[in-house]
Amino acid sequence: MINKIVASPEAALADTPDGATIMIGGFGNAGMPAALIDALIAQGARELTIVNNNAGNADTGLAALIGAKRVRKILCSFPRQSDSWHFDRLYRAGEIELELVPQGTLAERIRAAGAGIGAFFTPTAYGTKLAEGKETRRIGDRDYVLEYPIHADYAIIKADRADRWGNLTYRLSARNFAPIMATAAKCTVVQVREIVELGTIDPEIVVTPGIFVKRVVKVVATLRKAA
Amino acid sequence: MMKKLDHKQIAARVARDIPEGSYVNLGIGLPTLVADQLPKGREIILHSENGVLGLGPKPAPGQEDEDMMNAGKEPATLVTGGCFFHHADSFAMIRGRHLDFAVLGAFQVSVAGDLANWHTGAPDAIPAVGGAMDLAVGAKKVLVMMEHLTKKGESKLVERCTYPLTGARCVNRIYTDLAVIDVKPDGLHVVDIVDGLSFEELQRLSGVPLKRLASAA
Repeated sequence: MINKIVASPEAALADTPDGATIMIGGFGNAGMPAALIDALIAQGARELTIVNNNAGNADTGLAALIGAKRVRKILCSFPRQSDSWHFDRLYRAGEIELELVPQGTLAERIRAAGAGIGAFFTPTAYGTKLAEGKETRRIGDRDYVLEYPIHADYAIIKADRADRWGNLTYRLSARNFAPIMATAAKCTVVQVREIVELGTIDPEIVVTPGIFVKRVVKVVATLRKAA
Repeated sequence: MMKKLDHKQIAARVARDIPEGSYVNLGIGLPTLVADQLPKGREIILHSENGVLGLGPKPAPGQEDEDMMNAGKEPATLVTGGCFFHHADSFAMIRGRHLDFAVLGAFQVSVAGDLANWHTGAPDAIPAVGGAMDLAVGAKKVLVMMEHLTKKGESKLVERCTYPLTGARCVNRIYTDLAVIDVKPDGLHVVDIVDGLSFEELQRLSGVPLKRLASAA
């Protein structure tokens, strides 16, 4: 019997090695898998490469992981925020490497990895600083930049409901990067609000099919209202 | 006496040009003001980078939900008929030329329509780009909404951008507190000037060659 349900966030991430590349779902706090990030902090893996749209907010979640100096490098589109002080401090001290990627290119590089695409040409960033040193090509009447996929060892994401096969649905704008990250990692770990019986989720509305998911953890009260 | 537009008035001027049925992305900052100025009764669908079509107004106090945000990570709502999708689909809509308009803020716009709006290039600045470069190349029409002059009084219309580019030759129309200006292959054409400001004075303040639109001459 297939059963991807794991007892706790700690158990779900116990095997994370130092130096792993980890995609973390979420756009700001919407969709951020807070319980899994807390488990990763407790687990202790170091020298991590993190892929997320941002570089953490305030003192919790990704910001706490960065603040604990566990991140060697981050790939993101928008690190600078009014409350990204942990990242700002380490970046200015030269203690964290930043690969700044336009948001759509970040999404497509993740998608490409999950879809087995070797590279792709995008018009985004052509002629800008973020395309410096990259291969370009004129196709038709437009100029494009060659971009490569981003593969990960782990994707840690938040979904709303799951079944034991790992089929997932999401809630509101918390979906964002999670479905594509789930496809791009060797091991996708999901925290969900609710685990339901197989067959309960309408097959027409499954957003992430279970084939992309390795481990599912139920986390109580993931639906925290914003202050 | 020149009647400069305030931010709300610039937003209203932008909104006037967005027709019924348009799919629109409003950038962070000044462009977000356009949402409240869209004429009531005109059905216009707002796109948000974080996977939302049909972005609605701010929720009532106490109704905020951490899972429902706009691209500026502020609490938001969904209008009836709106929907959610993942980030790769969201940027397929942008890059794939499905959005009718992107309204973006700017540090500088060049006479060729180059846009600089993501980075001042200052050595101690932490760069952040978000979805700006995708919107700049992807939307069918890129509208810029900005103050005409910097706080120091320098024109934000320039021969060549001195700040790092967001996109080359991507801007179609510029809305400022002083004028509305079209970017065309042969340069900048003035569409509207605020009351009390002459073309000559606008030209002097702008510091780059402007053309009178034939119909406005």
